Amino acid sequence: MSSRDTILQRLRHRTGGELTAPECDFSVLNRPEWSTAEKLDMFEQTIESVHGEVHRTTEDGWIDRLAEILQTRSAQTLLIAKQHEIGKALQSATKNREDLPQLLVYDEPVESWQNALFSDVDAGITSTRGGIAETGSLILWPSVDEPRLMSLVPPIHIAVLKASELYTTFHQAMQSQNWGTGMPTNALLISGPSKTADIEQTLAYGVHGPKELIVLVIE
Amino acid sequence: MSETAEQSPHHIDVKEFHPRARAALHNPQIRQNFRKAMDGLMTKRKSSFEGWDLETLRDLGANIRLRALANLPDLLEQLEQKLTENGITVHWANDGDEACEIVRDICVARKAKSVIKGKSMVSEEMELNHYLEEQGIEALESDLGEYIVQLAEETPSHIIMPAIHKNTEEISQLLHDKTGTDLSHDVEYLTANARLQLREKFMNADVGVSGVNFAVAETGTLCLVENEGNGRMTTTVPPCHIAVTGIEKVVPNLEDVTALLALLTRSATGQHITTYFNMISGPRQLGELDGPEEVHVVLVDNGRSTIYQDDELLDTLRCIRCGACMNHCPVYTRVGGHAYGTTYPGPIGKILMPHMVGLDEGRHLPTASSLCGACGEVCPVKIPIPDLLVRLRQEAVDGDKLHPAKVRGHGAKRSSMEAMIWKGWSWMHARPGLYRMGTNLGARFRKLQPGKIGGWTQYRTAPKLAAKTLHERMKERSQ
Repeated sequence: MSSRDTILQRLRHRTGGELTAPECDFSVLNRPEWSTAEKLDMFEQTIESVHGEVHRTTEDGWIDRLAEILQTRSAQTLLIAKQHEIGKALQSATKNREDLPQLLVYDEPVESWQNALFSDVDAGITSTRGGIAETGSLILWPSVDEPRLMSLVPPIHIAVLKASELYTTFHQAMQSQNWGTGMPTNALLISGPSKTADIEQTLAYGVHGPKELIVLVIE
Repeated sequence: MSETAEQSPHHIDVKEFHPRARAALHNPQIRQNFRKAMDGLMTKRKSSFEGWDLETLRDLGANIRLRALANLPDLLEQLEQKLTENGITVHWANDGDEACEIVRDICVARKAKSVIKGKSMVSEEMELNHYLEEQGIEALESDLGEYIVQLAEETPSHIIMPAIHKNTEEISQLLHDKTGTDLSHDVEYLTANARLQLREKFMNADVGVSGVNFAVAETGTLCLVENEGNGRMTTTVPPCHIAVTGIEKVVPNLEDVTALLALLTRSATGQHITTYFNMISGPRQLGELDGPEEVHVVLVDNGRSTIYQDDELLDTLRCIRCGACMNHCPVYTRVGGHAYGTTYPGPIGKILMPHMVGLDEGRHLPTASSLCGACGEVCPVKIPIPDLLVRLRQEAVDGDKLHPAKVRGHGAKRSSMEAMIWKGWSWMHARPGLYRMGTNLGARFRKLQPGKIGGWTQYRTAPKLAAKTLHERMKERSQ
């Protein structure tokens, strides 16, 4: 008999007999209805408590703000998506301004440029599928256009979040977006920059992933 | 279960708990390192649950786990089906050895020479690194704590913070000796160097091996909880990802994960959430530019289906591996994780490891507790750890009529002398006349009582019999 069948058979023919499943009441996860402003305040407070940075901006002002942020960090290169409106907006913006870093488009399989991705990219910018106020989390579903490593390998990760897409809790976000009906190959909650406390519980940032997480909130 | 004493981590004899505990108690460095860390973790956990109805949340956590366990075989089949539909290959392993062989076969088929690992306690159970090295495959840990422990050729001393037994100075010296970094107490410098060293390894690894925190049956999703990003690297950069997980980690719905995640990170490190919550539901699809081309899941039994048979012991399988029980354990805090000599230390280790190594090997584990109850009070899924410790103590001396012994190696601690004494004790206590005579005699001849009674008086003074029996005193009172 295969190991699979052995294991399943042992589980099915339990000597203690059949088990009864208890009811699960999820109402303890419910939160009062918060306004967008309240959710944003909460999100900002929580993500900043873990070293994330929040910049409130607008549909028209985010590129200016991004340019400032990247200049203060002397970023030379910024990784963008090919199709997404964020990437497109940046590409057209660079045509008539000098203050943005060199744009790199993630449009080739990683194998063909892995070394460059790991060593030459200073920052990456991605969209989000919303945020979670209670835990200060960003929801990312990497895709063909915005691959998984965009938010992981560059030392600075910039995420664009629409304030109107903030949820109060993870539970609420998952229910509202119907995650149970199907998940992408990879989905992420990102709540701050990469960190470790493995050396005597002393916090250090950027251990494997980005050292900085900057959220541009479009209000 | 095929694990034997010879296969326990680094060939440590689990039975030798006492000498190791004694040595740890006399090591001020170890005691200081653990005390400091555990105090911090207890405080952080407490403040992270502020504003929560924690008891209700723990009830929900317990019910979610119990519901999953009640439907375990069906859920595993559903999980297998969903994972397969998603393009993930599912393997089943009866024990650690078989799981190791499965990983090896995948590596061999891919001609893999190097494996990079994310943190996985199941892989520690399997002793996978050791096995792969023997097969000529390099296995490198990438979680900073695990990396440190591996460089030191040790095992983790805590399931969440593997290198918690070391202080900065010790780690600095170790990294200097093994990797050539400068001696420095600057944690940022040490971390930055580890980043550089490991980034090379991520890029060159042929296979990434990770654990799983929750496996969701409805969508075929593997959930990984981490702060560093090494888990994401491990599961994204190499062309092949192998996830190893205990069969009990499956839950029916994504909704279940929201509550368990809220409990897990707060109980473990006092975080509202970890930096990354990584949900993997398939390999790289056509058109995608990164991610592994192959994803495998190894469902490891290794004794879990045996634990599953018994209504009481079953509760052991609720565990979500947060480590809160060890953070709050007065014994763990004093002796540290290595004294146990087991993959899982602390209270969860004391109720889980006897099943994995047998009660003959693990006979001292259930008794390494004062039964203070702290572990049970903080457990996010309400595992009655103290009750299970008592149950295993009974099993170690061969159970009783209500609980016929079931755990492998039961009766290992049974002494016929002790059994006889207790039999006599119960015989006497069932006969009031005899009992009174006994206590009367005890009171009269109390001066003859020995001052030293074995292990009891090693650290305590001997209890003294009272001059008058309780019956006598009650009689005086009523006069």
